Amino acid sequence: MKTLFYLLMLVVRRDLILAMRRRADVLTTLIFFVMVVSLFPLGVGPETDMLRKMAPGVLWVAALLSSMLSLGRLFSADYLDGTLEQMLLVPQPLSMLVLGKIASHWMVSGLPLVLLTPVLGLQFDMSIAAIGMLMLTLLLGTPILSMVGAIGAALTLGLRGGGVLLSLLVLPLCIPVLIFGTGAVQAVVSGMNVSAHLSLMGALLVLALVFTPWVTAQALRISME
Amino acid sequence: MNLDIWMHAHPLTYVLIGSYGVAFLIFAIEIAMVLHKRKITLQQVRLMHEASEEE
Amino acid sequence: MAINWFKYAAPINFYPLAGKLIPWFAILSALLCATGLYLGFVVAPADATQGEFYRIIFIHVPSSILSMFLYMIMAAYAAMGLIFNTRLSSMMATAIAPTGALFTFIALWTGALWGKPMWGAWWVWDARLTSELILLFLYLGFISLHASIDDPRRADRAAALLAIVGSVNVPIIYFSVKWWNTLHQGSTIKFTGTSMQITMQQAMFTMLAACWLYAMAIALTRVRSIILERERNTQWVAELAEVKQ
Repeated sequence: MKTLFYLLMLVVRRDLILAMRRRADVLTTLIFFVMVVSLFPLGVGPETDMLRKMAPGVLWVAALLSSMLSLGRLFSADYLDGTLEQMLLVPQPLSMLVLGKIASHWMVSGLPLVLLTPVLGLQFDMSIAAIGMLMLTLLLGTPILSMVGAIGAALTLGLRGGGVLLSLLVLPLCIPVLIFGTGAVQAVVSGMNVSAHLSLMGALLVLALVFTPWVTAQALRISME
Repeated sequence: MNLDIWMHAHPLTYVLIGSYGVAFLIFAIEIAMVLHKRKITLQQVRLMHEASEEE
Repeated sequence: MAINWFKYAAPINFYPLAGKLIPWFAILSALLCATGLYLGFVVAPADATQGEFYRIIFIHVPSSILSMFLYMIMAAYAAMGLIFNTRLSSMMATAIAPTGALFTFIALWTGALWGKPMWGAWWVWDARLTSELILLFLYLGFISLHASIDDPRRADRAAALLAIVGSVNVPIIYFSVKWWNTLHQGSTIKFTGTSMQITMQQAMFTMLAACWLYAMAIALTRVRSIILERERNTQWVAELAEVKQ
């Protein structure tokens, strides 16, 4: 029963179990997300009109930053204890293993952000429709962030610069996702058509799914030889 | 504002100093850095060979 | 006379070739720059709407064209080094990166200085300037990644992968920024609204050629230093006149 899908599920299950054992790592990233979002009103003032307009951008940027923080964890634990080296030697395609790791990473870092959005959206006095669209764009976008970020994580494996270097490399590549994600929410708020934004995000998601596991696998090989 | 008024009164000076001046300054710094790098690279290679000759 | 081009893929042969080319490129660049500036400031007339301020384009447009062009060339060299395992290709990519980043900075700076008299603000988030800014980030990412890895082979290959991913992203980024800009209607003033006079075009192309030759001269000089560093343990480097002194 050694199909690729079975392998994928195996990797996802393993990573989820490991993540649950180190719950603190997961939770601290979420707390970071909440704190960053709360800092903006403190910085710019409590005027609700302005906050409502800023909200999609603020939440999206906070999601970007939290993703960058959590990506360091993607490969480092396995790299340090030698498991990653073993993964490179396995006969099955490395991209499958990578995809599994990215999927479980998203489940513990991206998905909780999506679930936290309603609460934070209310802090910014967003309308229900806007919050709904924001959740949808984050749901489509955070996997893309995890996938593109995985390339950065693989390239910066074991380096001194670490998390900051990873952010420097990955953030410019995530800008289109940011633009389409916030654009969709703003379209909903101003009553315009969202289909273009959502289809573009969908296209980026598909592109990322097709290419990033393989590119990440190549990056891992480069970093590990 | 002061800069605005001055800028419209002396457009060529603004263009020359602000843009071309800065651009050529950057080019000059880049040239200096590249030549300096060549100098110290040659020095290091020389030192390395002298050290191995002494053995 | 058939030239065996592959001969120059080896650092030992490329080093003296580059050494011969650099002075020619440098002198030609300086001459073209002087000509270009003369054409741009003395021959070309003042613009109908923008007055003297438009003369910034003679440095702004060549720098932005070069910033994008150099990125593609850098990524191409890096990709060749990654795919064919040729050391010199990766060295060229590393040599080009700082020059590309500086041209991007000059494009941003001159763009801002042009924007102030035109639109009253030092920075406007128009699609082209914003894309240039992101391009600067991509350059800095490449340089930082390469600098953070001690092993030269891993550094070359990791940075190459990053450059390839970056260049694939550039059209996506440009398109999304363009979209973002038209949605958030700021100013719709274009940089080259009026059609350009012949003399203006001539000045611009001359400056473009001057910047291009400058970039080649600088990149070749830089790559010679990189070659010396990486090949310092070889016999041919030990025999060089400038090393023997």
